Amino acid sequence: MSEFELDSHAPKGPLQDRWKQHKFNSRVVSPANRKKYTVIVVGTGLAGASAAASLGEMGYKVKTFCFQDSPRRAHSIAAQGGINAAKNYQNDGDSVWRLFYDTIKGGDFRARESNVFRLAELSTSIIDQAVAQGVPFAREYSGYLANRSFGGAQVSRTFYARGQTGQQLLLGAYQAMSRQIAAGSVTHRSRCEMQDLIMDGDRAIGIVTRDLVTGKLESHLADCVVLCTGGYSNAFYLSTNAKGCNTSAIWRAHKKGALFANPCFTQIHPTCIPQQGKLQSKLTLMSESLRNDGRVWAPKNAADADKRPEDIAEEDRDYFLERMYPAFGNLVPRDIASRAVKLICDEGRGVGAEIDGRKLGVYLDFADAIKSQGLEAISEKYGNLFEMYQRITAENPYQTPMRIYPAVHYTMGGLWVDYNLMTSIDGLFAGGEANFSDHGANRLGASALMQGLADGYFILPTTVSDYLARHKPIKAAQYQEQANAAIEEAQTRIERLMNAPEASVTADDFHRQLGQILWHACGMAREKETLLAAIEKISTLRKEFWQKVKITGEAEQLNQTLERAGRVADFFELAELMCLDALDREESCGCHAREEHLTDDGEAQRNDMDYSYVAAWQYSGDSSKPALFREYLHFDFVRPSIRNYQ
Amino acid sequence: MIFKLNIWRQNGPEAEGFFEAHEVDASEDSSFLEMLDALNENLILAGQEPVAFDFDCREGICGSCNLVINGTPHGKHKATTTCQQYMRDYVDDKELWIEPWRATAFPVIKDLIVDRTSFDRIIQSGGYIPIRTGSACEANTLPVEKDVADKAFDAATCIGCGACVAVCPNASATLFVAAKVAHLSTLPQGQLDKDRPAKLLKTMEEEGFGSCSNYRECERVCPKEIKVTTISKMNRLLYQSGK
Repeated sequence: MSEFELDSHAPKGPLQDRWKQHKFNSRVVSPANRKKYTVIVVGTGLAGASAAASLGEMGYKVKTFCFQDSPRRAHSIAAQGGINAAKNYQNDGDSVWRLFYDTIKGGDFRARESNVFRLAELSTSIIDQAVAQGVPFAREYSGYLANRSFGGAQVSRTFYARGQTGQQLLLGAYQAMSRQIAAGSVTHRSRCEMQDLIMDGDRAIGIVTRDLVTGKLESHLADCVVLCTGGYSNAFYLSTNAKGCNTSAIWRAHKKGALFANPCFTQIHPTCIPQQGKLQSKLTLMSESLRNDGRVWAPKNAADADKRPEDIAEEDRDYFLERMYPAFGNLVPRDIASRAVKLICDEGRGVGAEIDGRKLGVYLDFADAIKSQGLEAISEKYGNLFEMYQRITAENPYQTPMRIYPAVHYTMGGLWVDYNLMTSIDGLFAGGEANFSDHGANRLGASALMQGLADGYFILPTTVSDYLARHKPIKAAQYQEQANAAIEEAQTRIERLMNAPEASVTADDFHRQLGQILWHACGMAREKETLLAAIEKISTLRKEFWQKVKITGEAEQLNQTLERAGRVADFFELAELMCLDALDREESCGCHAREEHLTDDGEAQRNDMDYSYVAAWQYSGDSSKPALFREYLHFDFVRPSIRNYQ
Repeated sequence: MIFKLNIWRQNGPEAEGFFEAHEVDASEDSSFLEMLDALNENLILAGQEPVAFDFDCREGICGSCNLVINGTPHGKHKATTTCQQYMRDYVDDKELWIEPWRATAFPVIKDLIVDRTSFDRIIQSGGYIPIRTGSACEANTLPVEKDVADKAFDAATCIGCGACVAVCPNASATLFVAAKVAHLSTLPQGQLDKDRPAKLLKTMEEEGFGSCSNYRECERVCPKEIKVTTISKMNRLLYQSGK
């Protein structure tokens, strides 16, 4: 694979003028010529659906693909909390600059200034667009839009639609895309999964897909390809992601030459419902807002762990977040809270169901809040969440404290992209959670929806147009050879999966084992020896996977077992890269806590001298030996400071 | 504990379907779909084909999962999707009968998986507010009374699962259509398109769904508790539009 220069193509000049100037410098395609260009968009969540709708409206021929049975089911739908925007409707001193600063600080200074500023700048237009589409955001009695403070932000800039903000925004984008499908500019395929990229030399010119109903492999050629296929939290097996979320599209792109940036940056959300048993298939997130009124505690003595919480006396309870972080208390950021919970459980003071000899859970207690505010007030604020909790655990949180434990929730890492959201492969773009661009080492609450929609509605339409304007429309007939070669490659891989020599273990079983290794080595706390051991184990298990994975049925039909196995195979390779990345980053920052690099108080110790870079990994042909490229980060407008929440 | 299952198996849209009996050992704290996962693991290891069923988020919001359990779409726990049913609620059931949604407009693809793309085509025929990216006005230039916004929201929570169709003796999608109309046409920005109810209902009919004759079964099984008042709202708008 060829060497290349890792250039972010970020514009120079005053930060607030960069995007405007860049848009002016970008080329445009005249309306009459747009229909001559085909753009493929893979994944139709917030980023994909909004990009497809917008590009379709402009007049391009857009082809979209999703593995679900409808674009409306993408996992963006599950986002609960809200979406940030620097509208300053509350007159509390918010501004684009403040949102920019909060986001870059929240990411522990591991993101690009230019990108993050553009994100903050575009945030306001997203709200305008969504409201015009009919997204029913919460309103005040005046009829104007309501806001709340979220995730420890000091201003109220979060727009929300009850606990279903992601759902409502996704439906807005889905409906806009549906309008383009009816207009004929967007052609959509559901139950259709990308298998590989079609390359012409160094340029992406299409994709190979598998029709999940018939099993048929097909090629689709286009002038450029946009991947909006989400994050890879499911590498851990148990996560809050939907079961189908996978890394396959971006991983196959990585193996075709796209650099993978910061793979070890994975966000762990502190308030999830703990695992109940070995059959557990996924974890459920409880909104962060619960920590506004709930107090987190664990028994002071491990001996009390088996007692009912009501039977543990007040003086025997350790309200550890309030104790460790008196200034922020229960409202410390996600990464800090998660690590504290882990620490307590590692000491043997966890509560709840015992799995593999460990109790992983602490209490989130509303008794004081109910006493001071009344049952009704608490029920109004959190009624639906309490109900959800009760449905899953059969325990009533009004009477007994909730149990929570951290779970993997979001991945900041992803395909490396430049300022245009183009990957290191010419003609291949990545938007939304699939790219690494804006959240650095830690994402703030209510920023994922903002980023997905900024990419889809506003950035990709500009940068994709610029790319297309620089190229003549391709003649698909000329690329049959490349298309056939890619189909053949996908076919070979499927055959290999279907015919493992000693087929005897299910893909899910392998996935669970992989998840365990990854969670212990590359979860909330990382350490050199554990990571080295994990890399060894993953590599061994991966070989075993290809030897023993058992898939029944045929490849040329609907076969969910085959779908799953294909995704798990990619998680195996990615998991190793995550560990290698975590090993390379000899510092702690944001979500990435290296035990060797914590202060005496257990706080993350960043090393800006040596690690103020984006780690972008290149596939070398052997997934155990990737090459590292460093994109150094420059801070001209903010000064990297130490996050301190004590 | 051991659960006795009778599961619908069907190899394709044209193939003949049948019930297949199985037993599975699952904890009562596992979810309904986790119980099926356990069954499928056993089937794969035994060299048999696992049962195909749709699922994704497993937290009740994506609308993928869709099983008829003992005759009720989504199962016995009300206002709850299939994925959020827990086996502890089924310990007293001697046997469980598990079937797909049944409706002409939702042909079976395989086993418990049905094709619901007809819902997408209904939305494509007018279930949107036609606003081009970039042409929106500043959000607060358009105040919306809170109770109007709340009403729109109540309808907007539809997850498009299709339980309303599955339970309806007419296999009608009227509640689904009405929810979208009530969401969009209640809001001032959605009132320009007076023909929305007529357009969506026409597509509904073309897709092979039946008409509404007020059984109100849909309201009973809707996991998001969408009310049939949305249907009254839609009918009023339809009448006013003169279509």
